[in-house]
Amino acid sequence: MMTVRAKSTPARFAGMTGSAALIAAIVVAAAAALPSVLSNYQVGLATEVLIFGILAMSIDILGGFAGRTSLGHGAIFGVSTYVVVYATAQAGLPPAAAFALGVLAATLIAAIFALLAVRTSGVYFLLLTLALGMIVWGICLRWTQVTGGENGIRGDVRPALLATHSAFYWAVLAGAAMVAYAMWRFVRSPFGLTLRGIRDSESRMRSLGYNVPLHLFIGFTVSGFFAGVAGALYAMFNNFVSPSTVALAQSVEGVLMMIAGGVGTLFGAFVGAAAIIALENVVSAYTERWQTVLGITFILIMIFAPEGIIGKLRAIPTRKVR
Amino acid sequence: MDRRRFLKTTTAALTAAGVGAAPWRRALAQAGPIKIGLLAPLTGVVASGGKEMVEGVQFYLDQVKNEMGGRKVELVIEDDASNPDTALQKARRLVEQGNCHMLIGNLLANTGLAVANYVKGTATPYFIPIIAADDLTQRQRIKNVIRVAGYSASAFTHPLGDWALKQGYKKIATVSQDYTFGHEQCGGLAQVFTEGGGEVVQQFWHPLNTADFSPYLGQLADLKVDAIFTMETGADATRFIQQYAAFGLKAKTPLLAAMNGTDQSVIRTLGEECEGIISPAHFAEGSDNPVTQKFVRDYEAKYGKIPSLYGFSMYSGMMWIDAALKKMGGKVEDREAFIDTVLKTELDGSPLGKSVKLDAYGNPIYDVYIRKVVKRADGKFWNVPTTSYPSVSQFWKYDPVSYMKQPPYSRTFQGIKKA
Amino acid sequence: MSTFQLLNGLTFAALLFVVASGFTLIFGLLRIVNLAHGALYLFGGYIGYFVATRTGSFVLGGVGAMAAVAAVGFVLDQGLLRFVRGNELRQVLLTLGVAFVLNDLALVIWGGDSFTVPIPQMLRGGLRVFGVFYPTYRLFVLVTGIVLFAALWLLLNNTRLGALIRAGVDDAEMVEASGVNIRRVFLVTFLLGSALAGLGGLMGGAFLSLYPSADAEILVFSLAVVIIGGRGSLVGVGVGSLLVGLLNTLGQVMFPELAYFVIFGPMAVLLAFRPLGLFGRAT
Repeated sequence: MMTVRAKSTPARFAGMTGSAALIAAIVVAAAAALPSVLSNYQVGLATEVLIFGILAMSIDILGGFAGRTSLGHGAIFGVSTYVVVYATAQAGLPPAAAFALGVLAATLIAAIFALLAVRTSGVYFLLLTLALGMIVWGICLRWTQVTGGENGIRGDVRPALLATHSAFYWAVLAGAAMVAYAMWRFVRSPFGLTLRGIRDSESRMRSLGYNVPLHLFIGFTVSGFFAGVAGALYAMFNNFVSPSTVALAQSVEGVLMMIAGGVGTLFGAFVGAAAIIALENVVSAYTERWQTVLGITFILIMIFAPEGIIGKLRAIPTRKVR
Repeated sequence: MDRRRFLKTTTAALTAAGVGAAPWRRALAQAGPIKIGLLAPLTGVVASGGKEMVEGVQFYLDQVKNEMGGRKVELVIEDDASNPDTALQKARRLVEQGNCHMLIGNLLANTGLAVANYVKGTATPYFIPIIAADDLTQRQRIKNVIRVAGYSASAFTHPLGDWALKQGYKKIATVSQDYTFGHEQCGGLAQVFTEGGGEVVQQFWHPLNTADFSPYLGQLADLKVDAIFTMETGADATRFIQQYAAFGLKAKTPLLAAMNGTDQSVIRTLGEECEGIISPAHFAEGSDNPVTQKFVRDYEAKYGKIPSLYGFSMYSGMMWIDAALKKMGGKVEDREAFIDTVLKTELDGSPLGKSVKLDAYGNPIYDVYIRKVVKRADGKFWNVPTTSYPSVSQFWKYDPVSYMKQPPYSRTFQGIKKA
Repeated sequence: MSTFQLLNGLTFAALLFVVASGFTLIFGLLRIVNLAHGALYLFGGYIGYFVATRTGSFVLGGVGAMAAVAAVGFVLDQGLLRFVRGNELRQVLLTLGVAFVLNDLALVIWGGDSFTVPIPQMLRGGLRVFGVFYPTYRLFVLVTGIVLFAALWLLLNNTRLGALIRAGVDDAEMVEASGVNIRRVFLVTFLLGSALAGLGGLMGGAFLSLYPSADAEILVFSLAVVIIGGRGSLVGVGVGSLLVGLLNTLGQVMFPELAYFVIFGPMAVLLAFRPLGLFGRAT
């Protein structure tokens, strides 16, 4: 008897289709090859792209998949940085323990934010997360005993093994790949689908019996966990932390990177981060008016390309097929 | 010439000449330009001070026709946005991408500390004419961080404490921005004043960028003190001085200020409310020393305003570096020798009109003036010296080793001697 | 709290009211969180300073500030916001971009120095009120806040425009459906809101001075006021301003450590349990 094989489901490798896995492998390999062609300083920039890409991605979990844009993730990110630097510089803990503590702290802060924020949406969610971020910033600024106040905390956070630009870059690349994969699996899971349902129509999900606040709470906390990973990596990158790391500007930058790459595209976060960081480097070489350029970029993206770079690219095939 | 113009001309020249000069460049490395990385806050809260820092540097370079130690100078300017994270990022860019031979600048202590932490690892010479964090030349000294033409925060308030005692003041109160620079200035004053028998009745600390001082002024008005010391910088200084007068305190209680409060960058937009304020500093633009007068006149002719601390310090800092470079024939690549030469160089001919040298910790020793804000003939206000303390060390009259055993000044430690 | 501190809190509250009332008009009716509102305040202050020092008249400074900022508001609304109508998030982020540009532009035009708007001769000095010596100008600010509240109250409750605004705050579509040119009402409201920010800049510039980060600071306070008070409610802005102004002063005196926490803590808690603020109306 002939077996009719359903040809719709292709073989999957760790949740990815063959072609997707191939693309991922090529991208990671290309990224790993960068230090051979870039200068030390540029490798440092590439490292920053990865770190902020993770942050922007974490914001995208909520912004793109749950429909709630947060202006408080910079604070969550920065809390992790503070804890890691403090743990290493003041408490003398080894890097791995400090890293874990940082991520834990960020997750905790995200959970607290989430408790207060789940009942709001849209602009109110934005404003509330902004306010919560400001509270964190205020604490970091004024609790001088612990956070060093204005001066911040300096430390030798990076493990000696990763002292060179390239070594640290590869470590971050490995981390970013793992974390990106984890986030990708998360949003494609049934839980992730529920979040998308909430984004599309909260009332419908409620009437279907889903516990919307609980889902949002979990989603927010998970997103905070990943922001914390980025923050811990940043601590190792800079060996320094100050209130500007938790400031509103950090949250805004993260949101901008997410949007520039494409809300809801997840990987667009890295594209957005690369675009913004590259732009800043080029612009600052020619003028002091980086802030104006940033503002204009924001405005232009909002008017002409709110779906971001990846979003625009994705739209091309559908436009051709007509 | 600054980096922006340099970049444009170089790109044009290279494109015209055809790139491929790399080996040629390496061979001529010694004779190439000296690259100086200037970090200053060109945006953000202290933007006006940052701009004057750049002016001070450019004023010097114009006077020496852009040549120091026999080589051309390429100045690369980066904005630290009044923010330590940005300062760190820009420092990295200047050293790793820009290949600068040295860094100079920064204004806010936290930006300076961030950069200092970074250069500790790269051994790049870093000059801080403006950053006044005490510890960079005391307990946390980093060899390649040198305070040319700068000062440590408590260095000028020590003599002010002594002066206050000589005026017969018995009780004072302090109002200050709540960060290290403020703590250190108040601490210096409080320690000397209380050791001489005075009493610090109360100390107020407020966050930077306090728009409204009325809550503090209300409390100050109720205190019975002989004088009030205020440590404010930038816009806070402007507002404090105005509100002090507006609330009627100026008429009642003499105001002593940190030099930042009576600096030109603040008083040039003020009126009578700044008249009569006393402040200690190494530089007094109203001094009748002929060298100072000439500097002030030339600066005013070029930039249309009386020079402030920022312009003066950066100018003198550059002068100091140049003096060291001349001694070494411009071989800035030999870092150890460069740093040692700077530390040993005595600066003559600075706008102070007298020679200055560095102490064993890389901090200059100055004569400190107690200055008063006075109205000039043309209606503008400036600082005129009333009395002077010669050769004041950052440690005042204390022995350095025992002084450094006491903790650095902070909110909790102000050196106050219990009666 | 002593009389002195109470007056300090009330004066600051009055200034906040001037600025935040403009913010809530725009937020309430147009549902736009205009994050460039702080920059409009700063621009208004600088332009007002310029006019006041050239002409020697504080009043002309006020007129100049309001007119100029209304013009900027016009460009902002008609030139930029029209492309993102209907999408709240895009609007907010666009105004954030505008705030960046305006802030940097102000730095380029006026530099980083601090400016203080000159106080008119008759408002200088101080008066003895309730047993304390208090600057006359600050009392003037307080009175202006009260007068403005009354004026806005009359506008909203006794004029046709006011009725349209109130109706639009509740349900803009309905108003449009009943044949009113809601676009024109929106525009007028936007201009009025912006002008109030400009006026606030001039007034604030006289006792708090103008400097590069003043825009971010006043914006943060305005946000707190509007969030606590509630969208689109005049009483809400009034109450919100009082609370924020008094809390801020109290916080500075009693808990200087806690800085913004004294305001944002209660605000966050309030938002968590009453997302619409004290007097806010649902969209």
